[in-house]
Amino acid sequence: MLPRTAAGYGRGLVLSILAVGNAVLLGLTAVVFLLCFGIGLIFLFPPLVRAVRGRTRQARRLSAAWSGVEIAAPYRQAPPPPMPQRDGWYRDGRQLYRTSMIPAFNRTWNWMIKDPATWRDFAWLTTEPLVGGLLAATPLAMLGYGLVLVGGWQPMGVLTGLVLIALSVYLAPRVIRVHGLWTRLLLAPTARAGLTNAMRHLTQVHTEAVDSQAAELRRIERDLHDGAQARLVAIGMTLGAAEELMDSDPNAAKALLAKVREASAASLVELRQLVRGIHPPVLAERGLGDAVRAMALDSPLKVTVSVDLPSRPDAPVESAAYFVISELLANASRHSDARTVSVDISHRRSAMRVTVVDDGHGGADPSRGSGLRGIERRLAAFDGVLALNSPPGGPTLATVDLPRAFLVEGCGGSDLPTWRLRLMGVCWGLFWLPLFPQGLVAMFFKIFNSPERSWFLALYLPPILQWPTIIGMIALGVVMVVFAAKSAALAKEKDSEPIT
Amino acid sequence: MRVVLAEDLYLLRDGLVHLLQAHGFEIVAAVESGPELLRALLDERPEVAVVDVRLPPTFTDEGLQAALTARRAIPGLPVLVLSQHVEQLYARELLADGTGGVGYLLKDRVFNSGQFIDAVRRVAAGGTAMDPDVIAKLLASNARDEPMGRLTPREREVLELMAEGRSNAAIAQRLFLSESAVGKHTANIFAKLDLAVSDDDNRRVLAVLAYLHGTRG
Repeated sequence: MLPRTAAGYGRGLVLSILAVGNAVLLGLTAVVFLLCFGIGLIFLFPPLVRAVRGRTRQARRLSAAWSGVEIAAPYRQAPPPPMPQRDGWYRDGRQLYRTSMIPAFNRTWNWMIKDPATWRDFAWLTTEPLVGGLLAATPLAMLGYGLVLVGGWQPMGVLTGLVLIALSVYLAPRVIRVHGLWTRLLLAPTARAGLTNAMRHLTQVHTEAVDSQAAELRRIERDLHDGAQARLVAIGMTLGAAEELMDSDPNAAKALLAKVREASAASLVELRQLVRGIHPPVLAERGLGDAVRAMALDSPLKVTVSVDLPSRPDAPVESAAYFVISELLANASRHSDARTVSVDISHRRSAMRVTVVDDGHGGADPSRGSGLRGIERRLAAFDGVLALNSPPGGPTLATVDLPRAFLVEGCGGSDLPTWRLRLMGVCWGLFWLPLFPQGLVAMFFKIFNSPERSWFLALYLPPILQWPTIIGMIALGVVMVVFAAKSAALAKEKDSEPIT
Repeated sequence: MRVVLAEDLYLLRDGLVHLLQAHGFEIVAAVESGPELLRALLDERPEVAVVDVRLPPTFTDEGLQAALTARRAIPGLPVLVLSQHVEQLYARELLADGTGGVGYLLKDRVFNSGQFIDAVRRVAAGGTAMDPDVIAKLLASNARDEPMGRLTPREREVLELMAEGRSNAAIAQRLFLSESAVGKHTANIFAKLDLAVSDDDNRRVLAVLAYLHGTRG
């Protein structure tokens, strides 16, 4: 609790300072816009956009790290650099250029100015210093003001101060979360940009899947062609020879037949291995749990398996999971000198998680091992991810998450509606106004009949309306904070749900 | 001897029927699906059943499941399971009740009719017939463990054949040894693995298999 609160204050401070930085960047943006669109210094635009994107990238990262609100980058893919024609000139529309400078600039310009994400970034930059800064600074300001009030040593002041401090402690970590949601409001990809990006990702995954499938089919074809097929030809020929020799030399025919039997046994062994590589028979007969148990029995390592699955996953996912586990087990025995391995297969709603832990010497690195790269490719087709934790000296912990392993009835709800997120931001930002100065503080002034009326609305009204206004203000503040807190909790819950 | 046969491929089923009949077995039922097999096993109570693991309608492990169910209803019902692939996992399940009268062989073993018929008779007599592939895998996964490492190569050979379910006489014939030499090797193996010695061949084999499975959790 304490470190969380302290972190909340620290992060709030950093975010407030960054908000001031944003204000500076906003001023710079205004100047550049004037120069750029006013007197035509358009070459200033790309550096500005790059600077703003650098800032928004940082904001997204902080939001993911501090408030747990993951925000994907919404930008379109950068254009490729212009290529010269065969005569060495660069073509851009109907113009030819000697160097690539102007065509490259035009592409960059078009890329930036036509991407709605650029303009959303500017919109964010315009509002962030005020909204984000205010949000981030609220708990700190409340804490500071509370301390000052307590320090003033007036009974009324001490009470108000303590309430302020308590509320500030409550809010400090929560405000960071709201700040993240606010950041997401403008910096997250719009539905359209999200679809474009998803499309690009799918195309890539699709290409890889098709490629690896084609390679796999080629391998199977080669194995059949050089193995079983060739052996069957030999068997046929030998049988023919035996048939001819049957009458003239029965003994030789017998020897040939024995050979045929050997050849057929050998081709069966080959076919069996091939089938195992395509789709292991136990997997087909028993499903993932028993297939992995069978694998564990055949492994030279001591492997413990625990399986908790509600039903059989979709066949392609099951097969991918099997081969991934098989590869991880092979890695454990081949590279890390492990003696014992534990495999755990569990599920959460429609997602499946596989954990493989070995007691080897660790140090596995996905960027070097082609096996691990292969695992990632295999998983990519199912939106699966491999997380590897393998410090030198071990142990190695590999976690595989497959988000859509099962078909689950009744999908998890979509995100909170935008209006609710906006209203939540407003409530978080402004609830203190009715609750404190206009509500509680005004109430104390009223109770102690202070002659000072300051800026408290209620005290300027006719006496008959003063109490109702004060109570109404407090109620409004409470309703706002409760609504905001509930929405934040709901948003968090929906965020952690797997996509179905 | 009365046999129930379950195999979904017509050619193979026909071949097996002829092979078994040629060796004096009486085929009381030759079926091609899991439910039919279970009914035949429970109604006919054969002296031995020859069963394919993968059968219709689901083409998963219908045959194995039917055999296991029938053995729960009729303890010790001799069953010889045939498959295109052998798994230690299935071998364990077949041996789990410890009553014997089970066999588990690759379909390829049918090629050698003499050995196949021998296996069927062994199973019918309450013995075991484990495929050399299963035993090899079993020994390989035990190879790292301490007592196994102390066996001499010859003793390992004897252990392998014994685990397949062969009698001392058969082992002696296979390894070109005298029966008394095999007896000595077996005594050594049992001493090294710390197993209770038994004169009964079947019980001896089951003890060895239980030992090999037991060391692997």
